[in-house]
Amino acid sequence: MNMPFYVAPEQVMKDRADYARKGIARGRSLIAFRFEGGIAICAENTSSTLRKVSEIYDRIAFAGVGKYNEFDQLRIAGVRHADLKGYSFSREDVDARSLANQYAQSLGQVFTHEMKPMEVEILVAEIGTAEDGSQDQLFHILYDGTVMDEDMSVVLGGETDTIRQRFGDLDAPPTLADGVARAVAALGGPERTLAGGDLEVAILERGTGRRAFRRLEGPELTAILTP
Amino acid sequence: MNLPLFQAQDDPGPSFAELLKRTGFSDTVAIDSAVPASEFRHGTTCVAVRYADGVLLAGDRRATSGNLISHRTIEKVFPADRHSGVAIAGAAGPAIEMVKLFQLQLEHYEKVEGGALSLEGKANQLGQMIRGNLPAAMQGLAVVPIFAGFDVGRDEGRLFEYDVTGGRYEETQHASTGSGSLHAGTVLKLGFRESLDAAAVTDLALESLYEAADEDSATGGPDLVRGIFPVVALINAAGYTRVDDVELAERTRALIDRRQNQ
Repeated sequence: MNMPFYVAPEQVMKDRADYARKGIARGRSLIAFRFEGGIAICAENTSSTLRKVSEIYDRIAFAGVGKYNEFDQLRIAGVRHADLKGYSFSREDVDARSLANQYAQSLGQVFTHEMKPMEVEILVAEIGTAEDGSQDQLFHILYDGTVMDEDMSVVLGGETDTIRQRFGDLDAPPTLADGVARAVAALGGPERTLAGGDLEVAILERGTGRRAFRRLEGPELTAILTP
Repeated sequence: MNLPLFQAQDDPGPSFAELLKRTGFSDTVAIDSAVPASEFRHGTTCVAVRYADGVLLAGDRRATSGNLISHRTIEKVFPADRHSGVAIAGAAGPAIEMVKLFQLQLEHYEKVEGGALSLEGKANQLGQMIRGNLPAAMQGLAVVPIFAGFDVGRDEGRLFEYDVTGGRYEETQHASTGSGSLHAGTVLKLGFRESLDAAAVTDLALESLYEAADEDSATGGPDLVRGIFPVVALINAAGYTRVDDVELAERTRALIDRRQNQ
């Protein structure tokens, strides 16, 4: 007869967390911050087709780092959740907080019950209707379902401490160009200079109609990056 | 409401209708055939015309229930997405629901797939939705839309007519649908020229609806007293824009002046 071997729950959770963190640290990081006209998400991404940042709903954006297929699955689930909710109630009933809670539930469930945790860290960002940006929200969700409500800016991925230090704290929302320049410098570090092709930048912009999400690409991005 | 996560084998893909089915939202309603079709609101005449920069969509504002005017300011022309629009004729309830689902379907696809459907793909999607409505159509709740859009791949405006079975027919010049479509269509046919400009095509569309309202009791004419004018939308490379009522009022007054001086 085989003896079932015993592993302490603390050990199981620690191993899973280490495994997930290692997976996340292999990928490139991203920074999201509030700027004068909304929220910007700036990611280091050499692929022009596989996206880390995308639109979820009218005023809600999603960003993920870590294992691509896992955060992409979460992204699609988020789009489905939001579209279904908007269809059965009303478009204004779709909000980032409830979506972040749903993500936290799913990630927590996978972390404790499945063999393998998800190697992802995700961000749900929403711009509010207030002109001064006081209702803007940034939810940072970890692989184990931990949710953090951030105020001005957030860094996702590996080496977050170093990047966060380089980015620094924002006292007030900067202009878009200033914020992006700061984020690009923080992501690249002292040795590397990131160019337009290494970056994926998208914004949630206030006052542009129903769908606030927009990508900054090509000449527009180059213009912003050129001081 | 849980996060809709699926196993790879039963993933609904980018289809919103399929997602509704998989998650238990039902969009089909059984209709009691004992209720006469005249009890439901019906929408009436809509037209579409190609012009130099793209395509125009327009529709009158009257909804009827049998011989009663049930609504004077109903909208029958809607944006489908940034570069396309849809105009409806037939039973108002199912038609408006179909437009709502169609708009959601296009946006859902775009978000899930990371890119918009081709104009051809959008036209086929609408055809499938009309086919899905066939059982209701057989009981008097027919929906017969026109779909028009700017094809960014071909750099031109295109328009599509449908029948109740979902049959899709592309037209090269103009299209009309609804009970006044015979009269509106004749005006379009006589007035159509290649490469009409935005002003000329708007005048032509207004005239076609004016004549349709003259001959068809279920089509509403312009109402200068209440300030009700048709909904006219232009779709071109810049996207979908609705022509504002101030301009429509001026053009309608000019049209009436022309009629009085004839």
